[in-house]
Amino acid sequence: MTEGSKISDEIKSMIGVWSEPVVLQVEKGAIARYADAIDDDNPLFRNEEYARKSMYGSIIAPPGFFGWPVGGGNIEAGMSRVVGAVASSGMLRILDGGIELNFYVPVRAGDTLVTYGKLADAREKETKSQGTMVFLIIEQKYLNQNGDLVALARQTLICS
Amino acid sequence: MTHHDKKQLYYEDVKVGDEVTPLAKVACSRMLVQWAGASGDFNPLHYEDSFAQAMFVGSPIVHGQLKRAWLGHLITDWIGDEGIVKMLSCQFRGMDYPRKMKTMTEPHDGETWWCKGVATKKREENGEYLVDCDIWVENGKGEKTTPGKATVALPSKK
Repeated sequence: MTEGSKISDEIKSMIGVWSEPVVLQVEKGAIARYADAIDDDNPLFRNEEYARKSMYGSIIAPPGFFGWPVGGGNIEAGMSRVVGAVASSGMLRILDGGIELNFYVPVRAGDTLVTYGKLADAREKETKSQGTMVFLIIEQKYLNQNGDLVALARQTLICS
Repeated sequence: MTHHDKKQLYYEDVKVGDEVTPLAKVACSRMLVQWAGASGDFNPLHYEDSFAQAMFVGSPIVHGQLKRAWLGHLITDWIGDEGIVKMLSCQFRGMDYPRKMKTMTEPHDGETWWCKGVATKKREENGEYLVDCDIWVENGKGEKTTPGKATVALPSKK
């Protein structure tokens, strides 16, 4: 570990490296359960006949749902090694600082997506109340079965 | 009001400064469990008292991504079926604590959260009619625990 830095060499070595691909199945039942969990009765997310007559022509997912499995919200399985490196560097607390999602193509029921994640940046910040905290920026890209870029996510994890 | 009752929003309907139709949410422990199952986020921070204490948040907190999903609901309800969400972002600035359950399905009386927003900019770009918004989740004290932004593309009457 670098002297005086909370960002371990293991974490540093992961910056900029895309994870192995993770395949995500977008099932209509999973979409409906996701919408149910936020009390969203939008028929575009569950009613096939209604959705067929819409401009989409099929059931779509609410913004931010990219199918199953998802490991820890938007931190897909490919990012678990980053979370592991945070833990092995001695930082026990990881909080979700925020997320930005950019959407390019709708996610439809029946899609098979593939996602890649990478640690884009790791920075230290001094805080008055919590001491030194490490901010990790994780980028995630999602492509569909046609090879179209579906969405880009940029998430901030706050570790201490 | 259910989704079926909502009208399509057009670009021409929106003025800068207009409010996004507010949406009320009640976070309760049952909802957090349901969200965990639906989203795949099984972090014990959101359901185990002793783990939440060890993480210095006191007791289980509302998932940030659940609040992000609430904001998605706020926006998709506002823009209607022919509106498209281009960008959605939020920051998790403050902890929110769910209501406990009184019955199997009903939470105790307590805090209600409001998802709100305001249109900040209109622009035509590459043939799309875009509206930028500031959005946020407000807790029962009126504090913005989850401020964010959204960009939507709306149909035009032109």
